Amino acid sequence: MGRLTTTLCGIELDNPVIPASGTFGFGYEFAQWYDINKLGTFSFKGTTREPRFGNPTPRIAECPAGMINAVGLQNPGVEKVIAEELPKLRQVFHKKVMANVSGFSVADYAWTCEKLDKEEQVGWLEVNISCPNVHGGGMSFGTDPRAAAEVTAAVKKVTEKPVIMKLSPNVMDITAIAKACEDAGADGISLINTLQGMRISLRTRKPVLRNIMGGVSGPAVFPVALRMVWQVCRAVKIPVIGMGGVTTAEDVLEMMMAGATAVEVGAANLTDPCACERIIEELPAAMDKYGIKNLTELKGAE
Amino acid sequence: MEQRILKVTDNTRIADRVYRMVLENPALEEMKPGQFVNIRIDGQYLRRPISVCDSDPGSLTIVYKVVGRGTEALSRVKKRETLDVLTGLGNGYDLSKAGDHPLLLGGGVGVPPLVLLARKLREAGRAVTAVLGFNTAAEAFGQTDFREMGCRVTVTTADGSLGVRGFVTDALPEDYSYFYTCGPEPMLKAVYRKTKTSGQFSFEERMGCGFGACMGCSCKTVTGYKRICREGPVLEKEEILWED
Repeated sequence: MGRLTTTLCGIELDNPVIPASGTFGFGYEFAQWYDINKLGTFSFKGTTREPRFGNPTPRIAECPAGMINAVGLQNPGVEKVIAEELPKLRQVFHKKVMANVSGFSVADYAWTCEKLDKEEQVGWLEVNISCPNVHGGGMSFGTDPRAAAEVTAAVKKVTEKPVIMKLSPNVMDITAIAKACEDAGADGISLINTLQGMRISLRTRKPVLRNIMGGVSGPAVFPVALRMVWQVCRAVKIPVIGMGGVTTAEDVLEMMMAGATAVEVGAANLTDPCACERIIEELPAAMDKYGIKNLTELKGAE
Repeated sequence: MEQRILKVTDNTRIADRVYRMVLENPALEEMKPGQFVNIRIDGQYLRRPISVCDSDPGSLTIVYKVVGRGTEALSRVKKRETLDVLTGLGNGYDLSKAGDHPLLLGGGVGVPPLVLLARKLREAGRAVTAVLGFNTAAEAFGQTDFREMGCRVTVTTADGSLGVRGFVTDALPEDYSYFYTCGPEPMLKAVYRKTKTSGQFSFEERMGCGFGACMGCSCKTVTGYKRICREGPVLEKEEILWED
């Protein structure tokens, strides 16, 4: 056990740093920047039953201390992910990967998870019930405790792998959703997905994103994310992955003090391709600075 | 693809709202015509993708227009300051298809990537014709660069204040072996309709990362979905699907 080691739903991670879904593709692009085996694991691009192009462009814009996106779950579909992306990933990544799944019906989620359940490389299923950028699916399952529980139960039925439910911050009471997932059998919770927002171009007087609205991420959302991670950690007994604007080793420690077992890093990967490598390298010095011997001692602040 | 700290050795206004910046680092590799860099700018979260105007081992030149807060901040960067830059991004133009007398069509800040392309084509002994379009004389730049390389140059301006009045498509030569183009989308659409040969188009899109991770800049093509930052920014005429 190294001082950075943490255990996520029964699987040991060399460190708690996990690139978040949608900011890391299927890993391959980043293997050209650094050895991605240095990561704890990573969560691959949100995968659906059918291939998707996503929303029309522009689907990315600048925000104060962050960005907004409305990509809309572009992915090649689960069958191509299994046939093409996972074999390619196997060449460059030798750890268990987190499979991120999205859907437009309960049956969709179950169908896609059942396919991925058979993949040796997949360690965890991260079930996204929080995408703000697709209509008639995604976030609608994450804003109602009953629907969230229904998806959780359906997925649990088709897989032996740990099921982590990824929650939306665009709700009144996130602890109610988290508890509903836990009661339905979820093995873990990850949060937060992006916060719904928009930008208008002063020059054209029109929304910058063709989808009008999108999801805000980056350092701007960190305090909001931290607050929600804190609340959820006190509402459930299952492990929680904290994410939202994490950019530095200090942010990782702060998330873990809020109670997170592991930490996902999203937008930072896009502005600095080596962000996660840097965060992992900086963790020991940051721990020394605050007198932390091992990350496992951070059971949350009081 | 590399992440490099580059030293700014020049950042000068060369036309209305248009700047030329030279960046240096002995370790810098030479880039291909049509490739781009992605620059971190103080006060901005996302990097700004800008096409390369000229490139040698150790130095690169960009020419950019101030259009928003990012490029505004870039224009205020002083000599000797350093910038964090991702280099060698995108596919670049394929020179092998040029034929012996290719045509280059540039509009506004679509002109810069054609400078390096023209140099490479001239070094390969091709007879190059360049048609450069601008809104008005005050925004025009680059004609001398092309002329000094021995290209035949025509300038067009929308208001007729310099060269031929109209757009680049109003000044197309009769005969050319192939074409390369970069410019605003309405111009690219007109070039697509009015050119007689095959050719290559360089596209612009808002990007998150610039290296293929975020899927922010995807487009649909005849041969499937492509990322402008990775499988682009240069697409062949035959694979383009215009939206709308």
